[in-house]
Amino acid sequence: MTKITLENLAHSYSPNPSKDSDYALKSMTMTWQDGGAYALLGSSGCGKSTLLNIISGLLVPSQGRILFGDQDVTQLPTADRNIAQVFQFPVVYDTMSVRDNLAFPLRNRGMAEAEVAKRVAEVAEMIGMAEVLDRRARGLTADAKQKISLGRGMVRQDVNAILFDEPLTVIDPHMKWELRTQLKDLHRRFGHTMIYVTHDQTEALTFADQVVVMYDGRVVQAGTPQALFDAPEHTFVGYFIGSPGMNVLDARVDGATAHVAGATVALNHGYSPKGSKVQIGVRPEFATLAVGGAGLPYAIRRIEDVGHHRIVRGQVGPQDFNVIVPEGQPIPEGADRVIVDPAHTHVYVDDWRVAPAAAERAA
Amino acid sequence: MMDKPVNNRAWFLVLPVLALVAFSAVLPLMTVVNYSIQDTFGNNQFFWAGLEWFEDVINSDRIRAALGRQILFSAIILAIEIPLGIFIALNMPKKGAWASFCLVLMALPLLIPWNVVGTIWQVFGRVDIGLLGYTLAKLGIDYNYVNDALDAWVTIIVMDVWHWTSLVALLCYAGLQSIPDAYYQAAKIDQASRWKVFRYIELPKMQGVLLIAVLLRFMDSFMIYTEPFVVTGGGPGNATTFLSIDLVKMAVGQFDLGPAAAFSLIYFLVILLISFVFYTVMTKDQGAQ
Repeated sequence: MTKITLENLAHSYSPNPSKDSDYALKSMTMTWQDGGAYALLGSSGCGKSTLLNIISGLLVPSQGRILFGDQDVTQLPTADRNIAQVFQFPVVYDTMSVRDNLAFPLRNRGMAEAEVAKRVAEVAEMIGMAEVLDRRARGLTADAKQKISLGRGMVRQDVNAILFDEPLTVIDPHMKWELRTQLKDLHRRFGHTMIYVTHDQTEALTFADQVVVMYDGRVVQAGTPQALFDAPEHTFVGYFIGSPGMNVLDARVDGATAHVAGATVALNHGYSPKGSKVQIGVRPEFATLAVGGAGLPYAIRRIEDVGHHRIVRGQVGPQDFNVIVPEGQPIPEGADRVIVDPAHTHVYVDDWRVAPAAAERAA
Repeated sequence: MMDKPVNNRAWFLVLPVLALVAFSAVLPLMTVVNYSIQDTFGNNQFFWAGLEWFEDVINSDRIRAALGRQILFSAIILAIEIPLGIFIALNMPKKGAWASFCLVLMALPLLIPWNVVGTIWQVFGRVDIGLLGYTLAKLGIDYNYVNDALDAWVTIIVMDVWHWTSLVALLCYAGLQSIPDAYYQAAKIDQASRWKVFRYIELPKMQGVLLIAVLLRFMDSFMIYTEPFVVTGGGPGNATTFLSIDLVKMAVGQFDLGPAAAFSLIYFLVILLISFVFYTVMTKDQGAQ
């Protein structure tokens, strides 16, 4: 268990990276606190797995340093880092029994057999495979094999961190929920630093205290699920977190007023955005429908009832805009306006959130 | 589980193959069976001989000695070529230009006709003009495969290793290439030693190709004819007279059709039996749970 620090870390798969797009992982500096439960969230190909493999030492980064505590481990091979990692697809040692599979990492470290037996029994209980310990791993179903992989990841107690690379992809939904709970429980009991890679936001939000969102080789935001929801630092975070994601509209922002599709939106603060692409973002939870009067012109395309609320899909001018209507609240007949809550409306320049221009407002 | 539909008419689809195999294999085999239980003094006149030829073959000291040599030869070949092939496969580059280069290099011996291989080594080993034989002689090493039984054996074994280890190496290489990277990564995470990676990842994943390699190398080495025939002609004395050389002498040289036919059948059954044993032993834990 240790704090993991990444210093100016970047990685490229091409031997002579020259331009920014050659890098799978763009230069980043960040710290993973000892004992934190992190989710690494992002769409496929954004560099999540690359980052994970660099932390575990399967990849050596093109530049920068990795520190475990105060020790520089950048050039240290995986085996010497004492780290556990579970991969997306199950890896089991076919010729071994389930028991030997689970015991493998412990025996490789020379642990006494009595201790091994105790740990294996505990982990087998946790993954629900206590009954099949003596069975050969060969011929088990994919999700049973993945549970073994998970078990092998959790069996060592002295690891510096446990990394999960989309470990529940092949597991059926019911078991998924249960294993996630088990992982959470394990984290509470032993306080390992855990990094959990996923592209499923529900998985990320239920597992982690801290969610790290990656986009195009960059960490665009790290924070609590609530922070990511309330104030997405990047339009991708807004779009990726939430269901449906944040609405982003092209706008012209002038002081405390945003001009969108021929109408205006009042903002709580004044802004003086400098950049070519200016947008405002507002979550569907913070928009309400109205008939006539103030607000942005809105055209409803369809309404989806998802049980505890309804999602209204529509457009502001040519741009998509979704509204969530809570249960029990009527959708006004002939609604043709949408009113956004200024307290939850953010301004983005070139996809990054900008702070209000406080000084300018004072002037 | 759903039951698969059973339709026995599907057997008709096998008929053409069955007919072809009958003509190409079963019928010739039956002629051999026919010869093995009869005697002839020419004029196409045959007399019933029963199991007499089989008894002769089984009791023949000469054939027993050839069988002993044959088993020893195959055992040595397998003991050298299988581990060596695995070792080479493990050390071949995984990708890039060098991988292609190695593959071509490894495939070369396999492309040479067998009698040419024999001729190459026959010349190579000659003390008067051969590169190997001459060099050894100049170095003061007493080497002569024509006179010395041990030298003849060493020459033939080295020749076979040179000729066929590539096959084992290429098969194993294919088996190794099919192992996903994740296995090696997981092994690193689990802090497995190099030996354990080989024992628990590479060897199990190579099991299928190794079975093929062992069976092919066993059968080929057990039936070896051309190369030793070209290099030593079975000598010195009978030192390198393997079963097939003995058999050809009997069938074509002496034209003893009856005993040769009985010999062929026993030879065939021995190969079948040993192959079956290899197969059973090497696949015995496949179904285990």
